Amino acid sequence: MNFAVPNLYAVAPEIFLLGAVLAILVVDLFLSDGRRHVSYWLTQAALAGAFLVTLGTSEYKSVHTFSNMVVDDQLADLLKLCCYLSVSLVLFYSRDYLSDRGLFRGEFFVLALFGLLGMMFMISANNLLILYLGLEVMSLAMYAMIALRRDSRPAVEAAMKYFVLGALASGLLLYGMSMIYGATGSLDLNKIAYAIFARQANGMVLVFGLVFLVSGIAFKLGAVPYHMWVPDVYQGAPTAVTLFIGSAPKIAAFAFVIRLLVFGLQPVVGEWHMMLVILAVLSMVIGNLTAIAQTNLKRMLAYSTIANMGFMLLGVLAGNPQGYSAALFYTVAYVLATLASFGMILLLSRQGFEAEELDDLKGLNDRSPWYAFVMLLVMFSLAGIPPTIGFYAKLQVISAVVNIGYIWLAVVAVVASLIGAFYYLRVIKLMYFDRAADQAPILARGDSRVLLSLNGLALLGLGILPGGLMYVCTRALEMSF
Amino acid sequence: MEFKTFIFYWFALVLLFGALRVITCRNPVHAAMWLVLCFFTAAGVWLLLHAEFLAITLVLVYVGAVMVLFLFVIMMLDVNLLKLKENFRSYWPVGAMVGVLVAFEMASILFVAYDRAPAAVAPEHGADYSNTRELGLLLYTEYVYAFEIAAVLLLVAIVAAIALTYRRRKGVRQQDVGEQVRVKKGDRLRLIKVPTEPAAEAAKPGDAAA
Repeated sequence: MNFAVPNLYAVAPEIFLLGAVLAILVVDLFLSDGRRHVSYWLTQAALAGAFLVTLGTSEYKSVHTFSNMVVDDQLADLLKLCCYLSVSLVLFYSRDYLSDRGLFRGEFFVLALFGLLGMMFMISANNLLILYLGLEVMSLAMYAMIALRRDSRPAVEAAMKYFVLGALASGLLLYGMSMIYGATGSLDLNKIAYAIFARQANGMVLVFGLVFLVSGIAFKLGAVPYHMWVPDVYQGAPTAVTLFIGSAPKIAAFAFVIRLLVFGLQPVVGEWHMMLVILAVLSMVIGNLTAIAQTNLKRMLAYSTIANMGFMLLGVLAGNPQGYSAALFYTVAYVLATLASFGMILLLSRQGFEAEELDDLKGLNDRSPWYAFVMLLVMFSLAGIPPTIGFYAKLQVISAVVNIGYIWLAVVAVVASLIGAFYYLRVIKLMYFDRAADQAPILARGDSRVLLSLNGLALLGLGILPGGLMYVCTRALEMSF
Repeated sequence: MEFKTFIFYWFALVLLFGALRVITCRNPVHAAMWLVLCFFTAAGVWLLLHAEFLAITLVLVYVGAVMVLFLFVIMMLDVNLLKLKENFRSYWPVGAMVGVLVAFEMASILFVAYDRAPAAVAPEHGADYSNTRELGLLLYTEYVYAFEIAAVLLLVAIVAAIALTYRRRKGVRQQDVGEQVRVKKGDRLRLIKVPTEPAAEAAKPGDAAA
């Protein structure tokens, strides 16, 4: 048996973060409740450290190691950097919210970092086994984070629903993976692609497994018809956790889709292409239509997530590099907007009060013109109105679809986003033209105010000058193939 | 038909029946027992595939440890089954119909697909071949990364379980080992002078003589 010594350099970010999590876990045991900010800052330091390690070990060529189970390429580095940034922002925004609700505990930070670690495993996976294990590490941490507020009935119920449906989705995914293994004789994504390409695979079993795989992916993405858990979980979970679930895991989900469908199953693009078309159309239409009927802001944003995942799938289903980079750009743009939107809910919440109803935004302009403007940018971006980043992202995915000759799909996408514009603009109407019911001053820490403002301005700035980010996305994908 | 094939089908049949009983059984303790049967037959199928180590692990870990724990939990929780089964009757006709349909579709695809495929031939091994050794070698070389991630997964499960269930209550009686060790005779023992009864004293010598 010949076994090549693994290249630890390629997995340095994972090793660093795991070490940091273990250190925080131990340090937190020796802290009194009044000194939890030490573990908070250690967590931020761990994220910054992981950022530097990832940048430092980044290489232009793709490195495969650990018997081809891990791949460290430009795509992995870019997605990991986005994940660190997003988790760090989540922690900055949610600091006050957590301490007001007794959640400012070491376990929260440790679980968040473990979730991030799971995402990193998924992002650089090159094997079905690693993809699955990474997904489980991430999901398990998230289930626990939702239920961390044990006295809140909605939170526990949301955690339970998420857990049961997540287990079901994992079951579907594993069944699909076992079928793919049966058809191609390997768990390695490169070998699977090669076996299909060389026509050594059992075609019918392969497509059969693919159906289960796509169903499992759709479950995790929250695409219609596998979306039932999204609204309940988003609404029931503490807002800080909702923010976590809605941001970085979407980047990991994008990585999951790209690794599995593009790196592993690109030769059967004709088969999964149609499945994604169905998922995308249903998600965009049903997500946007149902969001109109919501009065709860968190629930409305959950349906908006469903619709946005449909848009992201448009880029993937184009089946060419242009489409993939459009989907990557869309995911980054969407995560930025989500961070700001839930960040705003956190900013407006205070002890014993959750600003999660649409009516809580009434007259925000009178209370704070600046934050009303930031929220306006977020809503414009989610609706896809120029000059925000959301417009450019939607334009990219729609042009990718038009380029493969799916004019009707582009029309559906545009109509769906028109429907969506209604409920985003309603938020703006509430903020600017309605009288405020609640005149409480906005109490928030300086750092979260500054970061939230920067986040909102980034939506505008990247919308006016999207070229740089688009270039980074395209190049990362190009260099990884 | 070879005898081994017959054994396989027998195991498969028992496994399916057991699995069906797990979900249809009224009593959760019985359901757990049916699950034990499922594990045993699955272990039997693995034995037929020469995966002795995995088969024995399945029995030891799942039947020996997991199911015992599971039974404990069921007995301690005292779940109200009637309430859980309330909606079962109204849902099962639709559920059964969909289930049979899906099973039929899957079976028709798989039968056709594997009918055309050449049957895989298991490699022959000598008498000194040990699959435990092979498994160990693979686990710590080829699959070491996956193995480490599985360890992380278990750690997450531990942290999550403790974070969700542990809470500091006030007024809980706990042992303080340090204090127990430091305790002196004077803290616990109190000597009380009791006046002796003269009548009882007089009876004592007589007893000793008897």
